Amino acid sequence: MTFTLASSLEEALDAVAAGATPIAGGTDLVVAARGGRTPLPESLVAIDRIPGLDTVTTHEGGLRLGATVSHATIASHPDIVRYFAGLADGSALVGSPATRNVGTIGGNVMNASPAMDTGAPLVVLGASVELASVAGTRVVTVDDLWTAPGVTSASSDELCTAVLLPAQPENSASAYVRLEYRRAMEIAVVGAATRVVLDGDGAVTSVDLALTAVAPTILRVTALDVAGSSIAAAADAAREAASMQATPISDIRASDSYRRHTVGIMAGRAVEAAAGRAAGEQISVPVNRAFGIGAPA
Amino acid sequence: MTESYTLTVNEVAYSIVADAQRSLLSVIRGEVGLTGTKEGCDDSECGACMVLVDGRPVNSCSYLAVQAQGRAITTIEGLASGDALHVLQRNMLEEGGVQCGFCTPGMIMSAHALLDQNPDATEEDIRLGLAGNLCRCTGYAGIMKAVVRTAREGLSTDS
Repeated sequence: MTFTLASSLEEALDAVAAGATPIAGGTDLVVAARGGRTPLPESLVAIDRIPGLDTVTTHEGGLRLGATVSHATIASHPDIVRYFAGLADGSALVGSPATRNVGTIGGNVMNASPAMDTGAPLVVLGASVELASVAGTRVVTVDDLWTAPGVTSASSDELCTAVLLPAQPENSASAYVRLEYRRAMEIAVVGAATRVVLDGDGAVTSVDLALTAVAPTILRVTALDVAGSSIAAAADAAREAASMQATPISDIRASDSYRRHTVGIMAGRAVEAAAGRAAGEQISVPVNRAFGIGAPA
Repeated sequence: MTESYTLTVNEVAYSIVADAQRSLLSVIRGEVGLTGTKEGCDDSECGACMVLVDGRPVNSCSYLAVQAQGRAITTIEGLASGDALHVLQRNMLEEGGVQCGFCTPGMIMSAHALLDQNPDATEEDIRLGLAGNLCRCTGYAGIMKAVVRTAREGLSTDS
């Protein structure tokens, strides 16, 4: 195995073009290699020392998260918690404190797990990723990025350099909740993220809804027309649409029918949390702890 | 492929020649020779292998040693000064937070990082801070008592 410790983006892109696999925290790559399950790639390039790749900056009225920004940073960054709370909810639930210290948003996005906790929040927030190669840079929405479990539309010479969060509508907020059996080192059984926009009178203008671990990729719920309805009615509609559109599998953690039922429950709770936040209610990150969802302390 | 690099463990620099695939845990135990850090699950689940990298807790079983070059690594051996136990170690013993002892080094490293970052940690903060560390003996009550007591006394209290 060859190993390169990249000190610049150019060096990293050259290595990726030559066939190296990027590694940041290694929380997916190295864990997968333990016990010889999925051997490490022949060639690795470490991108965790590239200056500036781990910073959060303002970008076109929203935020630009460098690819090596950690989950720990996302879960506590004041601007993310304030304007993109659903993403902070997701990062705050990943693994354990140790996982969140070394696990990065770029790694999470490019690992493309349908159970990733940041995926559904990124979908409802309208996020894109910046993919760079020696040939140039392009921007792809997260909806167009994930194509199958563990598969993205990025080509093998492209490196994810940032996740872009656009400015959010007035009177809106987001939230992510998941069903979990324990409070740490857990993978979502199912999860749901929403962004709720309210009108001036407290009725709902729109609800974006995306689901975790109920389809081959993060699933965006479609045709959820709740304009003008109450928050309670919007939550009901979200529950029904989520359970209807989910296509879950049965595995060791849950049956398909249990997932189909519970993803609706999560969707309804996510709508209630996001609407509460949009109305100015203080609901702390992560919603799972604030609402007491999941395993008790 | 074999890589040559320097690891700084407990403020001592070690010259390492090892396969690039080796985990930080494997190099700390096998090359540096410090065996206080334990291998539990070797799968990032149990926290027995917890060390600090630049002050932050990291599962060393699932972190490449070669990626830790140039960073400050702290293991359980780096806490005591001479024969005097660190306050967290002493409180673990006095509060019954140790039975078989296998999880203790990782538990202490997580607790150390938490209290270093948040000296006023509440009981809930401590539960969340130790959420990545499993113990199969104590039922956690003694461990919680030891860390809550350390939060009250202060991390830098003389033993």
